[in-house]
Amino acid sequence: MTDRTPGPDPELALSVRDLKTYIYANNRCNRALDGVSFDIHRGKTLCIVGESGCGKSVTAASILQLLPELSRIEEGEIVYHGAEGPVNIERLKRNGRRMRAIRGKEIAMIFQDPMTALNPVYSIGFQIKEMLLYHTRLGKRARHAKAIDLLRSMGIPLPEKRVREYPHLYSGGMRQRAMIAIAMSCDPRILIADEPTTALDVTIQAQIFELMDTLKREQGTAIMLITHDMGVVAELADDVAVMYMGQIVEAGPVGQVLRNPLHPYTRALLESIPVLGRGKNQQIRAIPGQTPDPYDRPTGCQFAERCRYRVDACAEMPPETQVSSSHRVRCWRHREFMADAAE
Amino acid sequence: MQPSEPILRLRDVHVHFPIKGGVFKRTKDHVRAVDGVDLDVYKGEVLGLVGESGCGKTTLGKAILQLVRATGGSVTYHGDAGETELTTLDDAGLFPFRKRLQIVFQDPHSSLNPAYTIFGSLEDPLRHYGVRSRAERRKIVGDLLEAVNMRREAMDRYPHEFSGGQRQRIGIARALSIEPELIVCDEAVSALDVSIQAQVLQLLMDLKREKQLTYVFITHDLSVTEYLCDRIAVMYLGRIVELCDAEELFANTLHPYTEALLSAIPVADLDRKSERIVLEGDVPSPVNPPSGCPFHPRCRYAQDVCRTDVPALRPYRTAAGGEHLAACHLIDQPPAD
Repeated sequence: MTDRTPGPDPELALSVRDLKTYIYANNRCNRALDGVSFDIHRGKTLCIVGESGCGKSVTAASILQLLPELSRIEEGEIVYHGAEGPVNIERLKRNGRRMRAIRGKEIAMIFQDPMTALNPVYSIGFQIKEMLLYHTRLGKRARHAKAIDLLRSMGIPLPEKRVREYPHLYSGGMRQRAMIAIAMSCDPRILIADEPTTALDVTIQAQIFELMDTLKREQGTAIMLITHDMGVVAELADDVAVMYMGQIVEAGPVGQVLRNPLHPYTRALLESIPVLGRGKNQQIRAIPGQTPDPYDRPTGCQFAERCRYRVDACAEMPPETQVSSSHRVRCWRHREFMADAAE
Repeated sequence: MQPSEPILRLRDVHVHFPIKGGVFKRTKDHVRAVDGVDLDVYKGEVLGLVGESGCGKTTLGKAILQLVRATGGSVTYHGDAGETELTTLDDAGLFPFRKRLQIVFQDPHSSLNPAYTIFGSLEDPLRHYGVRSRAERRKIVGDLLEAVNMRREAMDRYPHEFSGGQRQRIGIARALSIEPELIVCDEAVSALDVSIQAQVLQLLMDLKREKQLTYVFITHDLSVTEYLCDRIAVMYLGRIVELCDAEELFANTLHPYTEALLSAIPVADLDRKSERIVLEGDVPSPVNPPSGCPFHPRCRYAQDVCRTDVPALRPYRTAAGGEHLAACHLIDQPPAD
């Protein structure tokens, strides 16, 4: 299993251990997260990568207690390591005072679609100042000045004028910057970004990535980035966790996981996308079939029915195995893949 | 491969949408969605059309099919019966050409009618183009579904019963149903998950080989175009700024916009990390495009000449002796014309 002794690591910002979140609908149960463990460190980016429906967004919603109704954290723990010592988030009331103090101030989030996440009837400035009003003791003038500063540091031109404008006057990239400005307004220790650039063009995406890299470097923010794009992982991540059907199938430092993937799903993901610069003759290999019905999951390895390396043992659930101090994988045959890589 | 025979020839195509306003709904201005495009599509090739959102690539795709009528310029179809100018034809005149030119839409969720069975959606074009007997239509639809790796029985089910990847395959089957020569794929794989995307890409390539199709592949994803396309046209603000063979584009980029676009793409390869060229600001509005070169406000090489003169799309010689078109003042090799 994973190492359960985090120890007094001053850089540790959040640790999630064996998290199980179930969602209920029509008297059926979707085990959306089925034993997920990972750590987020200050000044590092953890990328969570996987296809739609694999539980990436449920992970983020669990951490912030923003889960939909009829779903709950069944087991496991989410420990936030703040300035005042560790807090077990899963034990806090969803909308209690403690949770509201953490959500937004200590752990902030950027959502996928900046058009729906911003409120169209309030100005951008109001939406930034609202955060400062709730979470800080700044006066009215100070809040206004801080809102302008934040917009300026996000690279929005003419912030004195733009602060009074409404979201529809902003372009997609500027809206996403405004979202980041709101998220960063209270200097959170952790920033959770759920597919922050999926709705944006690549050139605008590059601008947002540059901004996130700067935040990580200069303010030591811990970033958890949810994505489906292996390219983004290679570009931004320090650590990566690959998810499939509510489990982390492989996790470790980005260099180890991308250069030496040990889980067949990680390999399949990397082989299924054309990579720029490899020309027309590259082989791409589609993953056959589709993800199983979440309400009717296979009992064994979740990936088995699409896996090329399937053996009889895969009818049983493989355990998470630590292959090095930081690299872990959930596959029965990882030893063979390691031996292959060593050759 | 460079088949010499063009199937479509676009000359100076403009699509301007009027902006109406005021009490009398007078035309105040125009959105210059496509602003003077010259393009040949050759038989049997895959032509990639790439650019950021708002650059006019989808409008150009629709103008090829006459789903949006061009406000200027010509679109000529070269068929067995000689050349036909499509922009001047009315709906009845276009009817025989609609059979030759088809489209696969981006969003597989909104492009199938939820109230029709799959057979209902797929038989429609067949009925219009003269397959009278229902039994025969059922046979053809079944064959089509098998051609896109689905089961025949799927035809009696409804769109909501299928996943995104399956629906996209049904969309491809519908475009194929009347045996077109050219298919415009408008972001056909963009809405799909990566593992499903690869399945659909391989299907498109297999079908192309089997049925000798020509594709115009519209996408914002340059990694996909490199894998799929023979030639690539890069668009910016309604104009083509660079056009050449796919390999040449990646090996020998001439236009600064293409250079920035390529560097902005996250590459899933740790050994190929290059400098990220970050463009300032957003794409300018196509209502008031900048003077001179439309890219100059974001270009890091921009000089005075770029602010005043619009660069023409000029041909340059490639190392392999081919042609490489680019529209930039600052290319330091002489044009080939």
